[in-house]
Amino acid sequence: MSIDSIYVHKMWDDNELSKMVNGGVPFPMLSDAGGRVGKAFGIFDEDAGVETRGRFIIDPEGVVQGYEVLTPPVGRNISESLRQVQAFQVVRDTKGKEATPSGWKPGKLTLKPGPDLVGKVWEVWKTDMAFD
Amino acid sequence: MAEEMEVGCARPTGGPVGEEPSEEPVPGTQSGKESKPMIQVGKKAPDFVAPAYQKGKFISVKLSEYLGKWVLLCFYPGDFTFV
Repeated sequence: MSIDSIYVHKMWDDNELSKMVNGGVPFPMLSDAGGRVGKAFGIFDEDAGVETRGRFIIDPEGVVQGYEVLTPPVGRNISESLRQVQAFQVVRDTKGKEATPSGWKPGKLTLKPGPDLVGKVWEVWKTDMAFD
Repeated sequence: MAEEMEVGCARPTGGPVGEEPSEEPVPGTQSGKESKPMIQVGKKAPDFVAPAYQKGKFISVKLSEYLGKWVLLCFYPGDFTFV
């Protein structure tokens, strides 16, 4: 979503993005004239008149589970966004019985929070697991 | 889900839907200033309607139509920049 019109979105997809992604961008490219939606999400830069790089993970109930906001010159890590969605899905699927510690990604150990785990995380989780 | 739009010469617009921002100034903030606090994790995302372009069609997208799915909503400064 940006302040550009849907016509500009089409031109960008037709002339550039479709050369990077086969068939063009598959998801909706949203237009936010005046930044009204960006303001509602708190990421609109009033001085520059554009949206900053805000990224929100919204769950099936419509609840914001996480967000990240960067100033324009630095791009995002899409893999990290997807990893976070996968982690929130694990938590949701287990109804919160499992949590995903630092560095978790699919296939890695999850933790089962409870009285038995207090003070014992060090026994099952090692710091090198925080890294890829 | 998203319906295709009839697009004329006017540029379609969208915006937040649902609760209007309260007129009462929140204590501790400047009254009359449009700035709002950052939305919070664990709280509902503000619903909105927005015109969109997708695969050759102009459509209208409403966030609440995606209830039941995970949504990754990305804002960016402008077309022809990276994401």
